[in-house]
Amino acid sequence: MPLDIPAVRLTGIAPEIALCATALLLLVIDAVLGERRNRWYLPALASIGLGLSIYFATEAWGTTRLELSGMVAVDGFASFVKITLAVFGLLTVWLGRDFLVRERAEEGEFYGLVLFAVAGMMLMAGAADLIVVFLALETFSLALYVLVGFRRRSLLSQESSMKYFLLGSFSTAFFLLGIAFVYGAVGSTNLYGGEDGPGIVSSFMATGASDVGLLILAMGLLIVGLGFKVAAVPFHMWTPDAYQGAPSPVTGFMAAGSKIAGFAALLRLLDVTLYPLREDWRPLVIGVAVLTMVVGSVLAVVQEDVKRLLAYSSIAHAGFVFTGLIAANDRGVSGSLFYLATYGITVLGAFAVVAVLSGRDDEKVTLRDYRGLFYDRPLLAGALTLFLLSLAGVPVTSGFVAKLVVFGAAIQEGYWWLAVVGMVTSAIAAFFYLKVLVVMYMQEKETEDAERVRSGPLSTGVIGLAALATIVLGLYWGPLIDVAERATLFFAGG
Amino acid sequence: MSLPAYLPVLFLVILSTLFAAGSMFVASKLSPAKWTAAKVEPYECGIEPQEGGVPGGERFPVKFYLLAMLFIIFDIETVFLYPWAVAYDELKVFGLIEMLVFVAILVAAYVYVWRKGALEWAE
Repeated sequence: MPLDIPAVRLTGIAPEIALCATALLLLVIDAVLGERRNRWYLPALASIGLGLSIYFATEAWGTTRLELSGMVAVDGFASFVKITLAVFGLLTVWLGRDFLVRERAEEGEFYGLVLFAVAGMMLMAGAADLIVVFLALETFSLALYVLVGFRRRSLLSQESSMKYFLLGSFSTAFFLLGIAFVYGAVGSTNLYGGEDGPGIVSSFMATGASDVGLLILAMGLLIVGLGFKVAAVPFHMWTPDAYQGAPSPVTGFMAAGSKIAGFAALLRLLDVTLYPLREDWRPLVIGVAVLTMVVGSVLAVVQEDVKRLLAYSSIAHAGFVFTGLIAANDRGVSGSLFYLATYGITVLGAFAVVAVLSGRDDEKVTLRDYRGLFYDRPLLAGALTLFLLSLAGVPVTSGFVAKLVVFGAAIQEGYWWLAVVGMVTSAIAAFFYLKVLVVMYMQEKETEDAERVRSGPLSTGVIGLAALATIVLGLYWGPLIDVAERATLFFAGG
Repeated sequence: MSLPAYLPVLFLVILSTLFAAGSMFVASKLSPAKWTAAKVEPYECGIEPQEGGVPGGERFPVKFYLLAMLFIIFDIETVFLYPWAVAYDELKVFGLIEMLVFVAILVAAYVYVWRKGALEWAE
């Protein structure tokens, strides 16, 4: 029997391959060289790998094609998300290096796991088949479960890792069941369909079935699985606990990375593949979006722990991105991309400040510890102020422009009331960001620190870069929005 | 909005809830509840439970677990090698490179495990 060897062109997943190869090399080098005083070569190698993946993702910009038997899409959308993810990865690696050296817990596994997680998230952005989405989801989730528990001696870290793992596996089961139901309903799991086989919607149309019940059930299950990863209400329970217990650099990476990866899959699934059925999925997603915005903003108000506060804020932000997704037009998709990119950089900056201030064992993270911060460490307080204002959506920061584009897209599609809900919840959210500012500027410090934790050069660099990006994108947003719009154009072509 | 399309989903939710609640109710009414000492003991694969929960009452060394995982990985490698060897004539250079990549990844994992000391039995 002659074998049919498929045409394998690996250019479609070159960024992911570069990352995985670097991660393997890094782990082997670390294992062979063993314990050393200064392992500068580990973050350096990780940075090279991430740089390579940016190069490969840029190479693919401007083309639109399906690779690997229709399993992976190579388009502007995927390139945009991949480059953004690699930037998040770079910031995380640099921040993590300073943090781990301070905590005396530097291990090669940290960098390896971050690289594997970024690779999984990238695959999610390019996945053109539900099975590949599942594979990518598991790849980055497994890496994150371990990263959350990376402070092995901390009970809190272990507990949050365990919770995240158990709930994560549970949500994955939902996602898998959703894939099975999609296959049962239409006989295909491919998001586009092409010469290698029919896609979900083309098979659905071909059967001429008027009953969309099973497909809608499947869609709901898929939304549960992906909604868990982007921390949408009512699948958000894990978020505060996992964010609180994880090492601060990892928390920033989770907030930035898993959000953009989850939304990349949601955007491709709902706004492209299931676009013809948009009247069917919209009520469901609108409900999730409204709940997410309201619950995230309201529950954040009572938080006393800065990391939990930022966790609820990240839930609310997922709701804001949903408005762009619900609009399902070009502006909505490009706006969501812009939102996720700028939010990710801002939140990484915020968690970088938290990581520096948290001190030994990552413990000083309550609002009480932030009292009078401005008079003690004006630059860090200033940077945190900037990030919080951007998260609140104050003009002259990137957060304002991001909210403007997603709400604008929703209004354009006639969902003005959804935009109103977004604005009201933003106003509620502004309250707790201001609460942190009041604590930092207007309250007296209670006790003197026994030891003052210094911000290392890498952390300072990450905070500086994030602050710069937050301001520059707030004043001069045109180019990035342009790029996001061009990414969307390639993407709609399928 | 096409709400009628959601009706089957609603029916499914109602049916599954009824089924779960119904079976628990019926079971609680029909099954005789006779608790004996043996029934409430922790299940230890038929072995009589001892002090401390496990035979001997001591902790399991987690090394068993590591070895079991390693075994599975190399077991899978063998499982893949057999069909590959049978179809080698057809796969030619493509198959050779693919298998080399696969084995290289496993070797990397092996070097990692070995250098990290996971194969040392005694502390």
